[in-house]
Amino acid sequence: MKLHEYQSKRIFAQYGIPIPEGEVATTPQEARAIAKRLGGPVAVKSQVLVGGRGKAGGIKLARSPEEAEEVAAQILSLQIKGLPVRKVLVDRAADIRQEIYLGIVVDRLASRPVMMASSEGGVEIEEVARTNPEAIKKVHIDPFVGLRAYQTLWLAKSIGLPPALHRDFGRIAQGLYRAFGECDASLAEINPLVVTGEGALLALDGKMVLDDNGLFRHPDLAALRDIDEETDSERAAREAGLSFVQLDGEIGCMVNGAGLAMATMDIIQHFGGMPANFLDIGGGARADRVAAALRLILADPRVKTILFNIFGGITRCDEVARGIIAVLDEVRPNLPIVARLVGTNEAEGRQILETSGYRIVTAITLAEAAQKAVAAARGAT
Amino acid sequence: MSILVDRNTRLLVQGVTGREGEFHTRQMLEYGTQVVAGVTPGKGGQFACDGRVPVFDTVREAVDATGANTSVIFVPAPFAPDAIIEAADAGLPLVVCITEGIPVNEMIRVKAYLDMKGVRLVGPNCPGLLTPGEAKVGIMPGHIATPGPVGVVSRSGTLTYEVVYPLTMNGIGQTTCIGIGGDPIIGTRFVDVLSLFEQDPATQVVVLLGEIGGNDEEVAARFIAERMTKPVVAFIAGRTAPPGKRMGHAGAIIEGGTGTAAEKIAALEAAGVRVAEHPEQIAEIVAGIL
Repeated sequence: MKLHEYQSKRIFAQYGIPIPEGEVATTPQEARAIAKRLGGPVAVKSQVLVGGRGKAGGIKLARSPEEAEEVAAQILSLQIKGLPVRKVLVDRAADIRQEIYLGIVVDRLASRPVMMASSEGGVEIEEVARTNPEAIKKVHIDPFVGLRAYQTLWLAKSIGLPPALHRDFGRIAQGLYRAFGECDASLAEINPLVVTGEGALLALDGKMVLDDNGLFRHPDLAALRDIDEETDSERAAREAGLSFVQLDGEIGCMVNGAGLAMATMDIIQHFGGMPANFLDIGGGARADRVAAALRLILADPRVKTILFNIFGGITRCDEVARGIIAVLDEVRPNLPIVARLVGTNEAEGRQILETSGYRIVTAITLAEAAQKAVAAARGAT
Repeated sequence: MSILVDRNTRLLVQGVTGREGEFHTRQMLEYGTQVVAGVTPGKGGQFACDGRVPVFDTVREAVDATGANTSVIFVPAPFAPDAIIEAADAGLPLVVCITEGIPVNEMIRVKAYLDMKGVRLVGPNCPGLLTPGEAKVGIMPGHIATPGPVGVVSRSGTLTYEVVYPLTMNGIGQTTCIGIGGDPIIGTRFVDVLSLFEQDPATQVVVLLGEIGGNDEEVAARFIAERMTKPVVAFIAGRTAPPGKRMGHAGAIIEGGTGTAAEKIAALEAAGVRVAEHPEQIAEIVAGIL
């Protein structure tokens, strides 16, 4: 789960990381009032969960409360990468002398967190990794001994930070590591961390991504989820316990297992079709999930056919087939369906589907199922 | 021959009295696996699966009483890290964790601890292992596999079945099928399993099933080029996945241009691996090699 900049920075502040004074506004008038209260120039920053806000015109400087109102009005009318801007953060503008990068992610290969710092702040770290990888300095953190002072000192020195700032940099790095661990984050990033005209360090922008698997033990953080940023289908999927990603093809896919769901998308394209979605209904093909998944697929008007690919294994296919029919009786889709069920009693499962009265074609192999789905989608055009 | 589990495996099931745990314990018993004990704190002294499996409060007691040498874990995510560490502390050399949804930060500590103890963990968030005709440890359907010369290693559950089943239907059996799990932090990686298959005299061909995210497949490709004499056939799921979106598995997300299927396929092909276009092609390619 991604957090907004303002949410991330508020968390950072709780861990002793200095952030600019600021508040969130949802209207231009509120932005003006905040700017007036702060006094002096402010930065008005769109709060949407995508990168590239600056390039899209979503971050602007204002020298007066009037100007803050004006630019807030512009920014609040923007759509950035398809997401409407509903909130802006109005921060006291900083006097920036230098921009650096500081972040923590999980290094999968090393199986531990890695802290990264770079003298090239203010640009995406992925961009620096491509163009100037030597500029990124890394330290791995042992989970049993934590981040040590010598490591943060080494980072500070290797990115050329002046000695007067080493101690503050160390405190910020420790705060970021604690925030990362205690919030069950998979990413915590300050970009840029700036050196101000007064010679202090300030976290100008922040980003956190929380590990969805850790949210169960952080109800306070789970409550930060911004449901405005989810599409209706993503929200419905999350609430039903499904893994769902909307794509733009015409074949709706319902599959058990993430790897098989991806392979099903791949084979549809291999045979010249386009999947409408990634959808993993999880183990056992439970009737309530199948129903929720079917509604999700049917909510997409581009879908011309539905492909069920259920590798039951131990699961009894006759039961899965009866579950599918019960859901069809309830949802009543008017689309051709291709179904492939593999597992115990699969022949009985196929027979139940074929004699159900619905437009269901069955298949035995995955390739056969994909080809039939591609043909059905074309026939329905 | 096989790797990691066989007819000498004496299996202990943690979470044996839970719905999933009991269901799959019955399946494992039916397959012929020696399930010698179960563990559920607070239910010591009872029996599970119609009296066939004695239940203990702790792993230590279960090991002392039954000589168990492998554990499989079905306990819910909030308690799974404790269960893994308990199994390691009781001296079991192999722990298989089926549970999905364990926080990554928790797994970082667990893995560091197990590495220190020299305990092998398979998973979490995996289907387990199946040595056809000998032992089934986890949730793989037993009937889709048959003994033979192919070693199968995969990051995914049902995709493994999708590949193993056609192999079996074409008369090509397997030494061991192992699902290593789809999470970012896992106990056993592709290279660990490739090394075991390389050493296993019965394994003649290895099938590797990868997916987008991370760079374990690239690391595996390097290992194959440098260390493996046996032919490897692969499939990578997620060629058509859009970047930046999580595809079900916590590990399956493409970020910043790394971890794409195209990069993985290129790395594997450069190492001499034959990469199938879709899962069912694997059986054809393997038949050609054998």
